[in-house]
Amino acid sequence: MADDVLFEFLHMEMVSHIYKDQASRGEMEKDRATCVSTLEGMGFRVGQGLIERFTKDSPSFKDDLDVMKFICKDFWINVFRKQIDNLRTNHQGTYVLQDNKFALLTQFSNGKQYLEEAPKYLAYSCGLVRGALSNLGMDCVVTAEVSLMPSCESLLSSSSSSFIIYHHTTPNITDTTEMF
Amino acid sequence: MAVCIAVIAKENYPLYIRSVPIQNELKFHYTVHTSLDVVEEKISAVGKAMADQRELYLGLLYPTEDYKVYGYVTNSKVKFVIVVDSSNTSLRDNEIRSMFRKLHNSFTDVMCNPFYNPGDTIQSKAFDSMVTAMMVQAS
Repeated sequence: MADDVLFEFLHMEMVSHIYKDQASRGEMEKDRATCVSTLEGMGFRVGQGLIERFTKDSPSFKDDLDVMKFICKDFWINVFRKQIDNLRTNHQGTYVLQDNKFALLTQFSNGKQYLEEAPKYLAYSCGLVRGALSNLGMDCVVTAEVSLMPSCESLLSSSSSSFIIYHHTTPNITDTTEMF
Repeated sequence: MAVCIAVIAKENYPLYIRSVPIQNELKFHYTVHTSLDVVEEKISAVGKAMADQRELYLGLLYPTEDYKVYGYVTNSKVKFVIVVDSSNTSLRDNEIRSMFRKLHNSFTDVMCNPFYNPGDTIQSKAFDSMVTAMMVQAS
């Protein structure tokens, strides 16, 4: 199954390409935010197109929970070859998706090493989910955290719901790294 | 064979609208516009009924004296509307469904085109030629 690897390599190269321009210009903080939003924007557009293709044959969704279940199962399987491990909700518009072995992060480390680099590699996937949801009619804010004990920090935007996606690489990480 | 085909975005503005007898174009625009109300009604009605299988194909929206209007809505709330001539009674439901299927497939291809920004009017030649193939030949 060499096909998964193709996207992983492309993704790694995308991230390093975007950050390479930023490093040459020198200014740290402001450009870092633009890099993240560039990656997120790319993911957004791809998510919109993908969802059009994936939902071509399936019937309409009954409600938001149905949409989230679709994202957790079919969408995640099609993109990352596995399902989301855990879905939690407070039934008021906040959803937490937990993936214990996120496909784009498995090659990094099995512990705390490289934790601070992880957010760059999550930006694209956040955009992907946000694009998918926006095309299905749910406007939301997607944030990702790499940690062990997820503390529920929800970023409530002006739209009605917000989603938090947690990606764990292993049970040993105790620091939290925030994305947005 | 359709007389007019329209693709309408989620926010209810047209992404693509084409009709065959060019002189009556405004009438078709108006017909498509009024059919949007019927589409909205059908979408919200199915939601309340909590049917198990909600189909994307909406069926005959309403017949006028000359034309019949069919609707289809995708999961991303993009609506397709086909207007056919009433005198052409040989068109069966299956054929209309297959026309919508082709429309949906072509629309998906347009969506995945990186040069297309969602929300713009559809300019793709491939989409154009697919639609031309489905329309009545102008005499």
